[in-house]
Amino acid sequence: MDYSQFLVMKQEIALLVVFILVFLCDTFMPKRSQGAIGWISIIAFMLATAYGFCPSLLEGYSEAFAGMYSAGYAEVNIKNILNIGALIVMVQALRWAKEDMVKIRRGEFYELLLVTLFGMYLMISARHFLLFVIGLETASLPLAAMVAFDKHRYESREAAVKYILTAVFSTAIFLMGLSFVYALSGSLYFDGIAFAVSCEGVNTLLVVALAFVISGIGFKLSLVPFHLWTADVYQGAPTPVTSYLSVISKGAAAFAFLVVLWKAFGTVYQDAWEWMLYALIILTITVGNLFAMRQRNMKRFLAFSSISQAGYIMLGVIAFNYMGMAALMYYILVYIFSNLAAFGVIGAIENATGKVWMDDYKGLYKTNPRLAFTMMLAMFSLAGIPPFAGFFSKFFIFTGAINQGSVAIYVLVLIALINTIISLYYYLLVVKAMFISQDDCTIAKFRSANSERVALWVCVAGIIGLGIFSCVYNHLLDISSLSNSVLEVVMF
Amino acid sequence: MFSNILIYFVVIPLIMLAGLALCRNIRQIRAVAVTGSLALTALSVWLLLDYLALRAAGETAPMLYTGSWSWFGPLNINLSVGVDGISIAMLILSSIILLTGSFASWKIEPHTKDFFLWLILLSTGVFGFFISIDLFTMFMFYEVALIPMYLLIGVWGSGNKNYSAMKLTLMLMGGSAFLMLGLIGIYYHSAPDVELRTWNLLEIAQNGAISQNWQYFLFPMTFVGFGVLGAMFPFHTWSPDGHASAPTAVSMLHAGVLMKLGGYGCFRVAIYLMPQAAEDLAWIFLILTGISVVYGAFSACVQTDLKYINAYSSVSHCGLVLFAILMLNTTAMTGAIMQMLSHGLMTALFFALIGMIYGRTHTRDIRLMGGLMKIMPFLAVCYVIAGMASLGLPGLSGFVAEMTIFVGSFEAGMADYLAGEGSLRLVFTIIACCSIVITAVYILRVVGKLLLGPVYDEHHLTLTDATWWERTSTVVLIISVAAIGCFPNFFESLIKFTFSPQIFAVIGMNYK
Repeated sequence: MDYSQFLVMKQEIALLVVFILVFLCDTFMPKRSQGAIGWISIIAFMLATAYGFCPSLLEGYSEAFAGMYSAGYAEVNIKNILNIGALIVMVQALRWAKEDMVKIRRGEFYELLLVTLFGMYLMISARHFLLFVIGLETASLPLAAMVAFDKHRYESREAAVKYILTAVFSTAIFLMGLSFVYALSGSLYFDGIAFAVSCEGVNTLLVVALAFVISGIGFKLSLVPFHLWTADVYQGAPTPVTSYLSVISKGAAAFAFLVVLWKAFGTVYQDAWEWMLYALIILTITVGNLFAMRQRNMKRFLAFSSISQAGYIMLGVIAFNYMGMAALMYYILVYIFSNLAAFGVIGAIENATGKVWMDDYKGLYKTNPRLAFTMMLAMFSLAGIPPFAGFFSKFFIFTGAINQGSVAIYVLVLIALINTIISLYYYLLVVKAMFISQDDCTIAKFRSANSERVALWVCVAGIIGLGIFSCVYNHLLDISSLSNSVLEVVMF
Repeated sequence: MFSNILIYFVVIPLIMLAGLALCRNIRQIRAVAVTGSLALTALSVWLLLDYLALRAAGETAPMLYTGSWSWFGPLNINLSVGVDGISIAMLILSSIILLTGSFASWKIEPHTKDFFLWLILLSTGVFGFFISIDLFTMFMFYEVALIPMYLLIGVWGSGNKNYSAMKLTLMLMGGSAFLMLGLIGIYYHSAPDVELRTWNLLEIAQNGAISQNWQYFLFPMTFVGFGVLGAMFPFHTWSPDGHASAPTAVSMLHAGVLMKLGGYGCFRVAIYLMPQAAEDLAWIFLILTGISVVYGAFSACVQTDLKYINAYSSVSHCGLVLFAILMLNTTAMTGAIMQMLSHGLMTALFFALIGMIYGRTHTRDIRLMGGLMKIMPFLAVCYVIAGMASLGLPGLSGFVAEMTIFVGSFEAGMADYLAGEGSLRLVFTIIACCSIVITAVYILRVVGKLLLGPVYDEHHLTLTDATWWERTSTVVLIISVAAIGCFPNFFESLIKFTFSPQIFAVIGMNYK
């Protein structure tokens, strides 16, 4: 075996090093200096993130293990993007990790987070379904433990049970679909499947298999109608875990979904799965939006908002060209900053006062103007209002989708656009509560922790800067057009 | 980049925003707002004179002062700027209204600083929109101008402000949803070659590559998208509620300038880029805008709230703008631009006066007021002047604009009729003409009830007349209204270059 191929997995290896470091510190450090564990993991992970941006040691090679694993430009980039998001989540979690019930186990939180991230890396880079399933499981199971982290709270435990049951169930469905795929193609390599499928043409078994595979990943992405766990889990989980679930886990699953559909089933794009995605996207965006309007709990509210955002992200998948992929990566990046800003504010307020209802936010601008302002930026960015980054990401994802060229895609984009108005309505409800409502605020003026402030400043900088400074998107577009590891589809 | 003069229309508001953020007290805030808007006014007036000089020297490019800086390079999105006479007219209008609006909100409470921050952000969008010739930046600035409205109405508004703010924002954003699809569609059909696709207005018009079928799809998208902001029936319902609830300066800016964004976009994007569809589908929108004109005027007749009266009158007048644009001939289109200028200034004057009256009497219900001429003669006289401009008294701007529009529409209608292409334009011109009479009804009704007649409320007798900043605000607007009325040729010479068949393909088609 050629051991140098491990060098292709440089990001995974860096992550593992960080994990082992945190694990050893957690195990062997004396009890009184346990407080440093959060900072140790953040600094170590920051170095790993920075390492991800360095050029590869093995220039020109992107595959390992006989093509089971691939780390081309796009994969490396999406991992970098996820790293940045995970870093912000880790900083945001510092304040929460100091709480009495949590602090004895805070090392575990960072370890579990790193492990799930490792699983997501594998999902993104897998070119063989065996590796993909390993990644999927590694990403799912520790997340259930993270959701249950506030185990003294009933909701947290309940959420964890819901999460683990749906995760296992969806994996089962996914595996069922895989066995059909294997029966059809005799291969679990993405390329092999694409080749076999393009020879065979579309038949009923393939459509059924695809439906199973899509619904399996759809659970992770919480696409409607596989979204039923989302709101409860988001509400019950500790806020840092919720934010991790809503951006990192979702972003990784979205890109993995793109790779599976394009690489393994790209040859039957028009016949087999395009129409499925049409239906899923329309349902996801619309149902997510309609349910978000009625929510009063901020975390549930953002849960439904994130469901509809996942629908927009899927527009990049249906585009089936490099512009779609660039827009998808850009969308995830912007979504990370916007959503983490929103969750950062929610977390700060929850930590200080324990309040998570929208009615509590009434008049927030009078007592905590900066938090209110940050929240407003996040809402505007999520709604897609210029000059904030959300506008650009929405615009580019629509542009990328329309590049596909059919008339149906115009209709789909129009439906998505009409849905942005609905989403604007409920995002404005939050703005209205904070800025316009005349009621006396129930949240007294407080000073949020420094770590929370740093995370929020970073998010605000991202929300304002990512759109105006075009270099990020231009860079992603360049990279996408070069990413043959994703774009190249084996045709018969 | 900063050697181009047009960029300063965006840079100055941005500097104002930064300056406002540093302000400590209300005097500084006022100083920043007034200085900045004075600078913008001076800049636009200088631009006007320089533009005329350049044209007199024989410049024939469709847009002058052009500049282009790459932004999202791979998608060919640039920050492209350029103006012609129409954009300059709009820039002057915007800066004058920003200036007078700053004076009109001299005493705005509470959160004075935030109010001006949002107001200036809104005007950044407006100025950016008028200087852009790139569809993407145009759209971006358009949306930048929309969203501050929500907070401006929601926080500083009056009456049913929550409902109005939400309704206005959502309806306008709904319009921009259609618009976004239309613009992306235009981009994908902007050039015969994939590599040459562009967002630049002039290049798209030059390429003329949008096929007829796509024009039929994209024209309604863009026209409706901008038409919502131009208060086209049946998408006008945000306008009365929004204007009635907004604070004075916001009503002025919104009715005076933002609604013009709609009309400007309709001819600059929809008609300019898709002449074939404009020619063939104009009749649908003619009917809708014709309804706007008459319906708005009738609605104004039965309202009792001063702001509602004026808002419906805006629906009627802005409907006339779109109506004239759809006539697709030079005279009517010139009239449309005149009407934009005229209505912008006049309605800003109206809203300023209503705000001042409301600030004193604390009611806008005309049934609860009367005889204001005796109490506050200056404001009352100004109100009469604004009313006269609105109903088209010669010597003021309304007459010039409406006269040109109806002459042009009649020309177009007769041409259609004589060519045997139906009499729709003719019929709707005659219907729209009726609106002049109805306008007189609701203007004179208000003047009679509100200003003349007996004093309704004893308490009103103690009220004072306009203060110096209010006088500044109104006098500047009245002078502008009178200037258009007295020197229409000057403004016509500013506009006429753009509406030549060489530049506006659709006008050429009409004359063939």
